[in-house]
Amino acid sequence: MGSVIEVEHLHKSYGGTVAVDDVSFTVGQGEIFGILGRNGAGKTTTVECLVGLRRPDRGTVRVLGRDPQRDHAEVTRRVGVQLQDSQLPERLRVGEAMRLYQSFYPEPADSRELLAQLGLAGRERTPYGKLSGGQKQRLSIALALVGRPRIAVLDELTTGLDPHARRDTWDLIAGIRAGGVTIVLVTHFMPEAERLCDRIALIDAGRVLVTGSPGELIARAGQPTLEDAFVSLTGRNA
Amino acid sequence: MITLTLTELRLFLRERSGPAFGVGLPLLLLVIFGNLPFYNKHRDDLGGLTLLDTYVPILVAFVLAMLALNVLPPVLAGYREKGVLRRLRTTPVGPVRVLAAQLIVMLLTAVVSVAALLLVARFAFGVVLPRQFAGFLLTILLAALALLAVGLLVTAAAPGGRAANALGAVVFYPLVFLGGLFLPIQTMPATLRHLSHATPMGAAVTAMQDASNGHWPHWLALVTLLAWAAGAAVLAARLFRWE
Repeated sequence: MGSVIEVEHLHKSYGGTVAVDDVSFTVGQGEIFGILGRNGAGKTTTVECLVGLRRPDRGTVRVLGRDPQRDHAEVTRRVGVQLQDSQLPERLRVGEAMRLYQSFYPEPADSRELLAQLGLAGRERTPYGKLSGGQKQRLSIALALVGRPRIAVLDELTTGLDPHARRDTWDLIAGIRAGGVTIVLVTHFMPEAERLCDRIALIDAGRVLVTGSPGELIARAGQPTLEDAFVSLTGRNA
Repeated sequence: MITLTLTELRLFLRERSGPAFGVGLPLLLLVIFGNLPFYNKHRDDLGGLTLLDTYVPILVAFVLAMLALNVLPPVLAGYREKGVLRRLRTTPVGPVRVLAAQLIVMLLTAVVSVAALLLVARFAFGVVLPRQFAGFLLTILLAALALLAVGLLVTAAAPGGRAANALGAVVFYPLVFLGGLFLPIQTMPATLRHLSHATPMGAAVTAMQDASNGHWPHWLALVTLLAWAAGAAVLAARLFRWE
Protein backbone atom coordinates (compact mmCIF):
# COMPACT_ATOMS: atom_id res chain seq x y z
CA MET A 1 0.00 0.00 0.00
CA GLY A 2 1.66 3.14 -1.23
CA SER A 3 5.17 1.81 -1.00
CA VAL A 4 7.51 2.84 -3.82
CA ILE A 5 10.63 0.95 -2.77
CA GLU A 6 10.72 -2.60 -1.44
CA VAL A 7 13.98 -4.27 -0.49
CA GLU A 8 13.86 -7.83 0.79
CA HIS A 9 16.79 -9.83 2.12
CA LEU A 10 19.28 -8.00 -0.05
CA HIS A 11 22.72 -9.64 -0.02
CA LYS A 12 25.83 -8.54 -1.87
CA SER A 13 29.45 -9.53 -1.46
CA TYR A 14 32.60 -8.67 -3.36
CA GLY A 15 34.99 -11.57 -3.55
CA GLY A 16 35.00 -12.86 0.00
CA THR A 17 33.89 -9.60 1.63
CA VAL A 18 30.25 -9.24 2.57
CA ALA A 19 29.16 -5.67 1.88
CA VAL A 20 25.46 -6.18 2.52
CA ASP A 21 24.47 -9.25 4.50
CA ASP A 22 20.70 -9.09 4.85
CA VAL A 23 18.87 -5.81 4.37
CA SER A 24 15.12 -5.32 4.13
CA PHE A 25 13.05 -2.15 4.24
CA THR A 26 10.20 -0.42 2.47
CA VAL A 27 9.82 3.23 1.63
CA GLY A 28 6.36 4.79 1.36
CA GLN A 29 5.22 7.21 -1.30
CA GLY A 30 6.20 10.78 -0.39
CA GLU A 31 8.41 9.77 2.52
CA ILE A 32 11.85 11.10 3.34
CA PHE A 33 13.64 7.90 4.25
CA GLY A 34 17.09 7.96 5.82
CA ILE A 35 19.73 5.27 5.50
CA LEU A 36 22.19 5.69 8.35
CA GLY A 37 25.22 3.73 9.34
CA ARG A 38 28.92 3.88 10.03
CA ASN A 39 31.51 3.81 7.27
CA GLY A 40 31.53 0.43 5.60
CA ALA A 41 28.15 -0.53 7.05
CA GLY A 42 26.77 -1.24 3.56
CA LYS A 43 24.84 1.98 2.87
CA THR A 44 26.42 2.76 -0.46
CA THR A 45 26.12 -0.80 -1.78
CA THR A 46 22.46 -0.83 -0.76
CA VAL A 47 21.88 2.40 -2.67
CA GLU A 48 23.84 1.13 -5.67
CA CYS A 49 21.52 -1.87 -5.84
CA LEU A 50 18.51 0.47 -5.60
CA VAL A 51 19.53 2.55 -8.61
CA GLY A 52 20.66 -0.42 -10.71
CA LEU A 53 24.41 0.14 -10.54
CA ARG A 54 24.91 -3.27 -8.94
CA ARG A 55 23.21 -6.61 -9.26
CA PRO A 56 22.29 -8.16 -5.88
CA ASP A 57 23.61 -11.66 -5.17
CA ARG A 58 20.41 -12.56 -3.33
CA GLY A 59 17.14 -10.96 -2.37
CA THR A 60 14.82 -8.68 -4.28
CA VAL A 61 14.75 -4.97 -4.96
CA ARG A 62 11.63 -3.31 -6.33
CA VAL A 63 11.58 0.36 -7.23
CA LEU A 64 8.15 1.64 -8.31
CA GLY A 65 7.24 -2.02 -8.72
CA ARG A 66 10.14 -2.69 -11.08
CA ASP A 67 13.47 -4.46 -10.99
CA PRO A 68 16.26 -1.83 -11.35
CA GLN A 69 18.38 -4.36 -13.25
CA ARG A 70 15.80 -5.71 -15.68
CA ASP A 71 13.84 -2.50 -16.19
CA HIS A 72 16.86 -0.23 -16.07
CA ALA A 73 15.56 2.34 -18.55
CA GLU A 74 12.19 2.60 -16.83
CA VAL A 75 13.69 2.96 -13.35
CA THR A 76 16.38 5.46 -14.34
CA ARG A 77 13.75 7.69 -15.98
CA ARG A 78 11.90 8.02 -12.69
CA VAL A 79 14.72 8.00 -10.17
CA GLY A 80 17.09 10.96 -9.79
CA VAL A 81 20.45 10.17 -8.25
CA GLN A 82 23.11 12.20 -6.53
CA LEU A 83 26.25 10.11 -6.12
CA GLN A 84 28.93 10.76 -3.58
CA ASP A 85 32.02 10.82 -5.75
CA SER A 86 31.05 11.47 -9.30
CA GLN A 87 32.27 14.60 -11.03
CA LEU A 88 31.71 16.31 -14.36
CA PRO A 89 34.22 17.30 -17.06
CA GLU A 90 36.23 20.32 -15.82
CA ARG A 91 35.34 22.56 -18.73
CA LEU A 92 31.66 21.73 -18.89
CA ARG A 93 29.68 24.82 -17.90
CA VAL A 94 26.83 24.75 -15.41
CA GLY A 95 24.22 25.68 -18.04
CA GLU A 96 25.57 23.06 -20.46
CA ALA A 97 25.46 20.36 -17.80
CA MET A 98 21.84 21.25 -17.06
CA ARG A 99 20.86 21.22 -20.75
CA LEU A 100 22.68 17.91 -21.26
CA TYR A 101 20.88 16.24 -18.37
CA GLN A 102 17.57 17.79 -19.43
CA SER A 103 18.00 16.07 -22.79
CA PHE A 104 18.06 12.67 -21.03
CA TYR A 105 14.50 12.93 -19.71
CA PRO A 106 11.09 13.21 -21.37
CA GLU A 107 9.73 16.09 -19.24
CA PRO A 108 12.61 17.92 -17.60
CA ALA A 109 12.30 20.65 -14.99
CA ASP A 110 13.11 24.28 -15.70
CA SER A 111 16.85 24.71 -15.39
CA ARG A 112 16.84 28.40 -14.37
CA GLU A 113 14.33 27.82 -11.60
CA LEU A 114 16.19 24.81 -10.23
CA LEU A 115 19.55 26.62 -10.27
CA ALA A 116 17.98 29.59 -8.48
CA GLN A 117 16.56 27.29 -5.79
CA LEU A 118 20.02 25.85 -5.27
CA GLY A 119 21.74 29.20 -5.13
CA LEU A 120 23.41 28.80 -8.52
CA ALA A 121 21.56 31.59 -10.33
CA GLY A 122 23.88 33.50 -12.65
CA ARG A 123 26.43 30.65 -12.66
CA GLU A 124 25.28 29.18 -16.01
CA ARG A 125 28.53 30.08 -17.76
CA THR A 126 30.89 28.94 -15.01
CA PRO A 127 32.89 25.82 -15.87
CA TYR A 128 32.46 22.91 -13.46
CA GLY A 129 36.17 23.01 -12.59
CA LYS A 130 35.86 26.60 -11.34
CA LEU A 131 33.00 25.88 -8.92
CA SER A 132 33.64 25.64 -5.19
CA GLY A 133 33.06 22.31 -3.46
CA GLY A 134 29.69 23.43 -2.20
CA GLN A 135 28.63 24.68 -5.62
CA LYS A 136 29.64 21.36 -7.22
CA GLN A 137 27.56 19.59 -4.62
CA ARG A 138 24.54 21.80 -5.32
CA LEU A 139 24.89 21.32 -9.07
CA SER A 140 24.91 17.57 -8.57
CA ILE A 141 21.68 17.91 -6.56
CA ALA A 142 20.20 20.00 -9.38
CA LEU A 143 21.14 17.30 -11.91
CA ALA A 144 19.47 14.67 -9.70
CA LEU A 145 16.25 16.66 -9.78
CA VAL A 146 16.25 17.96 -13.36
CA GLY A 147 14.37 14.94 -14.73
CA ARG A 148 11.41 15.55 -12.37
CA PRO A 149 11.98 12.19 -10.66
CA ARG A 150 9.37 10.38 -8.57
CA ILE A 151 12.16 9.23 -6.29
CA ALA A 152 15.36 11.11 -5.50
CA VAL A 153 18.27 9.15 -4.03
CA LEU A 154 20.75 11.51 -2.42
CA ASP A 155 24.07 10.22 -1.06
CA GLU A 156 25.73 12.58 1.46
CA LEU A 157 23.40 15.41 0.54
CA THR A 158 25.00 18.31 2.39
CA THR A 159 28.61 17.17 2.80
CA GLY A 160 30.83 20.13 2.10
CA LEU A 161 28.09 22.75 2.38
CA ASP A 162 28.29 25.65 4.81
CA PRO A 163 25.47 25.99 7.38
CA HIS A 164 23.49 28.47 5.30
CA ALA A 165 23.67 26.42 2.13
CA ARG A 166 22.83 23.33 4.17
CA ARG A 167 19.67 24.89 5.54
CA ASP A 168 18.66 26.15 2.10
CA THR A 169 19.15 22.63 0.75
CA TRP A 170 17.05 21.16 3.56
CA ASP A 171 14.27 23.61 2.71
CA LEU A 172 14.57 22.65 -0.94
CA ILE A 173 14.32 18.94 -0.12
CA ALA A 174 11.30 19.54 2.09
CA GLY A 175 9.72 21.53 -0.76
CA ILE A 176 10.39 18.78 -3.27
CA ARG A 177 8.87 16.22 -0.95
CA ALA A 178 5.81 18.45 -0.60
CA GLY A 179 5.50 18.10 -4.39
CA GLY A 180 5.07 14.32 -3.95
CA VAL A 181 8.64 13.15 -4.56
CA THR A 182 9.92 10.34 -2.37
CA ILE A 183 13.40 10.92 -1.03
CA VAL A 184 16.03 8.43 0.06
CA LEU A 185 18.77 10.13 2.01
CA VAL A 186 22.09 8.50 2.83
CA THR A 187 23.82 10.43 5.54
CA HIS A 188 26.37 10.56 8.30
CA PHE A 189 25.08 13.82 9.57
CA MET A 190 22.67 13.21 12.43
CA PRO A 191 21.09 16.69 12.73
CA GLU A 192 20.17 16.37 9.06
CA ALA A 193 18.54 12.99 9.53
CA GLU A 194 16.76 14.16 12.67
CA ARG A 195 15.41 17.25 10.96
CA LEU A 196 14.44 15.81 7.56
CA CYS A 197 13.68 12.11 7.82
CA ASP A 198 10.27 10.63 8.51
CA ARG A 199 11.80 7.22 9.04
CA ILE A 200 15.30 5.86 9.28
CA ALA A 201 16.90 2.48 8.68
CA LEU A 202 20.01 2.11 10.80
CA ILE A 203 22.41 -0.26 9.06
CA ASP A 204 25.30 -1.94 10.79
CA ALA A 205 27.64 -4.62 9.45
CA GLY A 206 25.40 -5.20 6.45
CA ARG A 207 22.18 -5.63 8.42
CA VAL A 208 19.31 -3.37 9.39
CA LEU A 209 19.65 -2.83 13.12
CA VAL A 210 16.44 -0.90 13.57
CA THR A 211 13.88 1.01 11.52
CA GLY A 212 11.72 3.82 12.81
CA SER A 213 11.17 7.54 13.11
CA PRO A 214 13.99 9.62 14.61
CA GLY A 215 11.85 9.97 17.76
CA GLU A 216 11.41 6.20 18.04
CA LEU A 217 15.13 5.58 17.62
CA ILE A 218 15.94 8.12 20.31
CA ALA A 219 13.35 6.67 22.68
CA ARG A 220 14.48 3.14 22.02
CA ALA A 221 18.09 3.95 22.79
CA GLY A 222 17.08 6.06 25.78
CA GLN A 223 19.32 8.87 24.62
CA PRO A 224 18.80 12.64 24.34
CA THR A 225 19.64 13.07 20.63
CA LEU A 226 19.73 11.00 17.48
CA GLU A 227 23.52 11.22 17.46
CA ASP A 228 23.69 9.68 20.92
CA ALA A 229 21.13 7.08 19.89
CA PHE A 230 23.23 6.26 16.80
CA VAL A 231 26.40 5.78 18.85
CA SER A 232 24.64 3.70 21.45
CA LEU A 233 22.76 1.52 18.93
CA THR A 234 25.76 0.83 16.70
CA GLY A 235 27.48 -0.40 19.83
CA ARG A 236 30.98 0.92 19.41
CA ASN A 237 32.55 4.33 19.53
CA ALA A 238 31.65 6.11 16.32
CA MET B 1 22.06 11.97 -28.57
CA ILE B 2 22.42 15.23 -30.53
CA THR B 3 22.81 17.32 -27.38
CA LEU B 4 25.28 14.77 -26.05
CA THR B 5 27.38 14.78 -29.23
CA LEU B 6 27.36 18.59 -29.44
CA THR B 7 28.39 18.80 -25.80
CA GLU B 8 31.29 16.39 -26.35
CA LEU B 9 32.29 18.29 -29.49
CA ARG B 10 32.26 21.59 -27.60
CA LEU B 11 34.41 20.11 -24.82
CA PHE B 12 36.81 18.69 -27.41
CA LEU B 13 37.25 22.09 -29.08
CA ARG B 14 37.52 23.84 -25.73
CA GLU B 15 40.30 21.48 -24.64
CA ARG B 16 42.42 22.72 -27.59
CA SER B 17 45.02 19.95 -27.37
CA GLY B 18 42.72 17.62 -29.36
CA PRO B 19 42.39 19.92 -32.39
CA ALA B 20 46.06 20.92 -32.07
CA PHE B 21 47.36 17.33 -32.20
CA GLY B 22 44.65 15.93 -34.47
CA VAL B 23 44.56 18.69 -37.07
CA GLY B 24 47.28 21.29 -36.48
CA LEU B 25 50.32 19.06 -36.02
CA PRO B 26 49.84 16.88 -39.12
CA LEU B 27 49.26 20.01 -41.23
CA LEU B 28 52.38 21.60 -39.77
CA LEU B 29 54.41 18.48 -40.63
CA LEU B 30 53.05 18.57 -44.17
CA VAL B 31 54.01 22.22 -44.58
CA ILE B 32 57.52 21.59 -43.20
CA PHE B 33 58.11 18.50 -45.38
CA GLY B 34 56.58 20.27 -48.38
CA ASN B 35 59.12 23.07 -48.11
CA LEU B 36 62.16 20.79 -47.95
CA PRO B 37 63.74 20.20 -51.41
CA PHE B 38 64.78 16.71 -50.24
CA TYR B 39 61.10 15.71 -50.05
CA ASN B 40 60.31 16.97 -53.54
CA LYS B 41 62.94 15.01 -55.51
CA HIS B 42 61.69 12.14 -57.67
CA ARG B 43 63.31 8.99 -56.39
CA ASP B 44 63.94 5.68 -58.06
CA ASP B 45 63.62 3.68 -54.82
CA LEU B 46 60.06 5.11 -54.50
CA GLY B 47 59.12 4.20 -58.06
CA GLY B 48 59.74 7.69 -59.36
CA LEU B 49 57.54 9.38 -56.75
CA THR B 50 58.70 12.12 -54.44
CA LEU B 51 59.09 11.50 -50.75
CA LEU B 52 56.24 13.96 -50.19
CA ASP B 53 53.92 11.84 -52.37
CA THR B 54 54.50 8.87 -50.10
CA TYR B 55 54.20 11.02 -46.97
CA VAL B 56 50.64 12.21 -47.55
CA PRO B 57 49.14 8.74 -46.82
CA ILE B 58 51.53 8.44 -43.86
CA LEU B 59 50.27 11.74 -42.45
CA VAL B 60 46.65 10.65 -43.00
CA ALA B 61 47.32 7.50 -40.97
CA PHE B 62 49.20 9.64 -38.43
CA VAL B 63 46.03 11.74 -37.94
CA LEU B 64 43.95 8.63 -37.27
CA ALA B 65 46.51 7.18 -34.86
CA MET B 66 46.89 10.49 -33.06
CA LEU B 67 43.16 10.86 -32.47
CA ALA B 68 42.57 7.22 -31.60
CA LEU B 69 45.57 6.68 -29.32
CA ASN B 70 46.55 10.06 -27.90
CA VAL B 71 43.30 12.03 -27.79
CA LEU B 72 40.48 9.54 -27.17
CA PRO B 73 41.86 7.30 -24.36
CA PRO B 74 42.72 10.05 -21.82
CA VAL B 75 39.27 11.61 -22.24
CA LEU B 76 37.34 8.37 -21.77
CA ALA B 77 39.59 6.99 -19.03
CA GLY B 78 39.34 10.38 -17.30
CA TYR B 79 35.55 10.18 -17.47
CA ARG B 80 35.68 6.77 -15.89
CA GLU B 81 38.12 7.88 -13.20
CA LYS B 82 36.01 10.91 -12.26
CA GLY B 83 32.76 8.96 -12.08
CA VAL B 84 31.26 10.70 -15.11
CA LEU B 85 30.39 7.33 -16.64
CA ARG B 86 29.11 5.95 -13.34
CA ARG B 87 26.76 8.90 -12.97
CA LEU B 88 25.51 8.41 -16.53
CA ARG B 89 24.70 4.78 -15.76
CA THR B 90 21.98 6.08 -13.44
CA THR B 91 20.30 8.03 -16.27
CA PRO B 92 18.11 6.66 -19.07
CA VAL B 93 20.86 7.50 -21.56
CA GLY B 94 23.61 5.31 -20.16
CA PRO B 95 27.35 5.57 -20.79
CA VAL B 96 27.44 3.70 -24.12
CA ARG B 97 26.16 6.80 -25.88
CA VAL B 98 28.95 8.95 -24.46
CA LEU B 99 31.34 6.49 -26.02
CA ALA B 100 29.45 6.74 -29.29
CA ALA B 101 29.43 10.55 -29.08
CA GLN B 102 33.20 10.56 -28.54
CA LEU B 103 33.73 8.27 -31.53
CA ILE B 104 31.58 10.57 -33.68
CA VAL B 105 33.64 13.58 -32.58
CA MET B 106 36.87 11.72 -33.43
CA LEU B 107 35.55 10.72 -36.87
CA LEU B 108 34.37 14.28 -37.62
CA THR B 109 37.78 15.63 -36.66
CA ALA B 110 39.47 13.00 -38.82
CA VAL B 111 37.33 14.02 -41.80
CA VAL B 112 38.24 17.70 -41.37
CA SER B 113 41.91 16.94 -40.82
CA VAL B 114 42.29 14.50 -43.73
CA ALA B 115 40.43 16.85 -46.09
CA ALA B 116 42.74 19.70 -45.05
CA LEU B 117 45.83 17.52 -45.60
CA LEU B 118 44.79 16.38 -49.08
CA LEU B 119 43.79 19.88 -50.17
CA VAL B 120 46.92 21.61 -48.87
CA ALA B 121 49.09 18.87 -50.37
CA ARG B 122 47.31 19.24 -53.69
CA PHE B 123 47.17 23.00 -54.00
CA ALA B 124 50.24 24.14 -52.08
CA PHE B 125 52.67 21.35 -53.01
CA GLY B 126 51.26 19.80 -56.19
CA VAL B 127 50.71 16.31 -54.76
CA VAL B 128 48.03 14.71 -56.93
CA LEU B 129 44.85 13.56 -55.19
CA PRO B 130 44.54 9.78 -54.73
CA ARG B 131 43.73 8.35 -58.16
CA GLN B 132 41.73 5.40 -56.79
CA PHE B 133 39.68 7.67 -54.56
CA ALA B 134 37.04 5.13 -53.46
CA GLY B 135 39.75 2.68 -52.43
CA PHE B 136 41.49 5.48 -50.55
CA LEU B 137 38.31 6.38 -48.64
CA LEU B 138 37.51 2.75 -47.84
CA THR B 139 41.01 2.31 -46.45
CA ILE B 140 40.65 5.42 -44.28
CA LEU B 141 37.35 4.14 -42.91
CA LEU B 142 38.76 0.71 -42.07
CA ALA B 143 41.94 2.22 -40.64
CA ALA B 144 39.88 4.57 -38.47
CA LEU B 145 37.84 1.62 -37.16
CA ALA B 146 40.97 -0.44 -36.48
CA LEU B 147 42.82 2.36 -34.68
CA LEU B 148 39.78 3.54 -32.70
CA ALA B 149 39.25 -0.05 -31.58
CA VAL B 150 42.88 -0.16 -30.41
CA GLY B 151 42.27 3.20 -28.69
CA LEU B 152 39.28 1.74 -26.84
CA LEU B 153 41.42 -1.22 -25.86
CA VAL B 154 43.99 1.21 -24.42
CA THR B 155 41.16 2.97 -22.57
CA ALA B 156 39.90 -0.33 -21.21
CA ALA B 157 43.35 -1.43 -20.07
CA ALA B 158 44.37 1.85 -18.40
CA PRO B 159 43.15 2.53 -14.87
CA GLY B 160 42.92 6.33 -15.20
CA GLY B 161 43.33 9.36 -17.43
CA ARG B 162 47.08 9.69 -16.91
CA ALA B 163 47.77 6.01 -17.36
CA ALA B 164 45.73 6.12 -20.57
CA ASN B 165 47.85 9.01 -21.76
CA ALA B 166 51.04 7.06 -21.13
CA LEU B 167 49.78 3.75 -22.50
CA GLY B 168 48.41 5.50 -25.59
CA ALA B 169 51.84 7.00 -26.28
CA VAL B 170 53.56 3.65 -25.74
CA VAL B 171 51.35 2.13 -28.43
CA PHE B 172 51.42 5.21 -30.66
CA TYR B 173 55.16 5.60 -31.29
CA PRO B 174 55.98 2.06 -32.46
CA LEU B 175 52.86 2.12 -34.61
CA VAL B 176 53.69 5.38 -36.38
CA PHE B 177 57.28 4.17 -36.82
CA LEU B 178 56.01 0.98 -38.45
CA GLY B 179 53.63 3.16 -40.50
CA GLY B 180 56.71 4.80 -42.00
CA LEU B 181 56.64 8.22 -40.37
CA PHE B 182 60.40 8.20 -39.85
CA LEU B 183 61.40 5.75 -42.57
CA PRO B 184 59.12 4.97 -45.52
CA ILE B 185 57.95 1.36 -45.56
CA GLN B 186 59.39 0.80 -49.05
CA THR B 187 62.87 1.53 -47.77
CA MET B 188 62.62 -0.69 -44.65
CA PRO B 189 64.55 -3.98 -44.40
CA ALA B 190 62.39 -6.98 -45.35
CA THR B 191 61.72 -8.22 -41.79
CA LEU B 192 60.64 -4.81 -40.63
CA ARG B 193 58.49 -4.40 -43.71
CA HIS B 194 56.64 -7.66 -43.03
CA LEU B 195 56.12 -6.63 -39.42
CA SER B 196 54.85 -3.27 -40.61
CA HIS B 197 52.30 -4.83 -42.94
CA ALA B 198 50.82 -6.76 -40.03
CA THR B 199 50.10 -3.58 -38.04
CA PRO B 200 47.08 -1.36 -38.65
CA MET B 201 49.35 1.60 -39.51
CA GLY B 202 51.50 -0.31 -41.97
CA ALA B 203 48.51 -1.94 -43.63
CA ALA B 204 46.69 1.39 -43.84
CA VAL B 205 49.67 3.29 -45.28
CA THR B 206 50.43 0.57 -47.85
CA ALA B 207 46.78 0.42 -48.93
CA MET B 208 46.51 4.21 -49.18
CA GLN B 209 49.74 4.42 -51.19
CA ASP B 210 48.36 1.80 -53.60
CA ALA B 211 45.15 3.84 -53.93
CA SER B 212 47.13 7.06 -54.43
CA ASN B 213 48.86 5.45 -57.38
CA GLY B 214 45.59 4.38 -58.94
CA HIS B 215 45.43 0.73 -57.80
CA TRP B 216 42.71 -0.89 -55.74
CA PRO B 217 44.28 -1.62 -52.30
CA HIS B 218 45.53 -5.15 -51.81
CA TRP B 219 42.83 -7.26 -50.15
CA LEU B 220 45.29 -8.53 -47.55
CA ALA B 221 45.82 -4.99 -46.24
CA LEU B 222 42.06 -4.41 -45.97
CA VAL B 223 41.54 -7.75 -44.23
CA THR B 224 44.37 -6.91 -41.84
CA LEU B 225 42.59 -3.66 -40.90
CA LEU B 226 39.28 -5.44 -40.45
CA ALA B 227 40.89 -8.09 -38.28
CA TRP B 228 42.46 -5.43 -36.05
CA ALA B 229 39.14 -3.59 -35.80
CA ALA B 230 37.22 -6.73 -34.83
CA GLY B 231 39.88 -8.21 -32.55
CA ALA B 232 40.60 -5.03 -30.60
CA ALA B 233 36.90 -4.16 -30.31
CA VAL B 234 36.00 -7.58 -28.90
CA LEU B 235 38.88 -7.49 -26.43
CA ALA B 236 38.06 -3.89 -25.43
CA ALA B 237 34.41 -4.79 -24.85
CA ARG B 238 35.44 -7.67 -22.58
CA LEU B 239 37.90 -5.58 -20.59
CA PHE B 240 35.97 -2.33 -20.44
CA ARG B 241 34.70 -1.22 -17.03
CA TRP B 242 32.41 1.75 -16.48
CA GLU B 243 33.93 2.50 -13.09
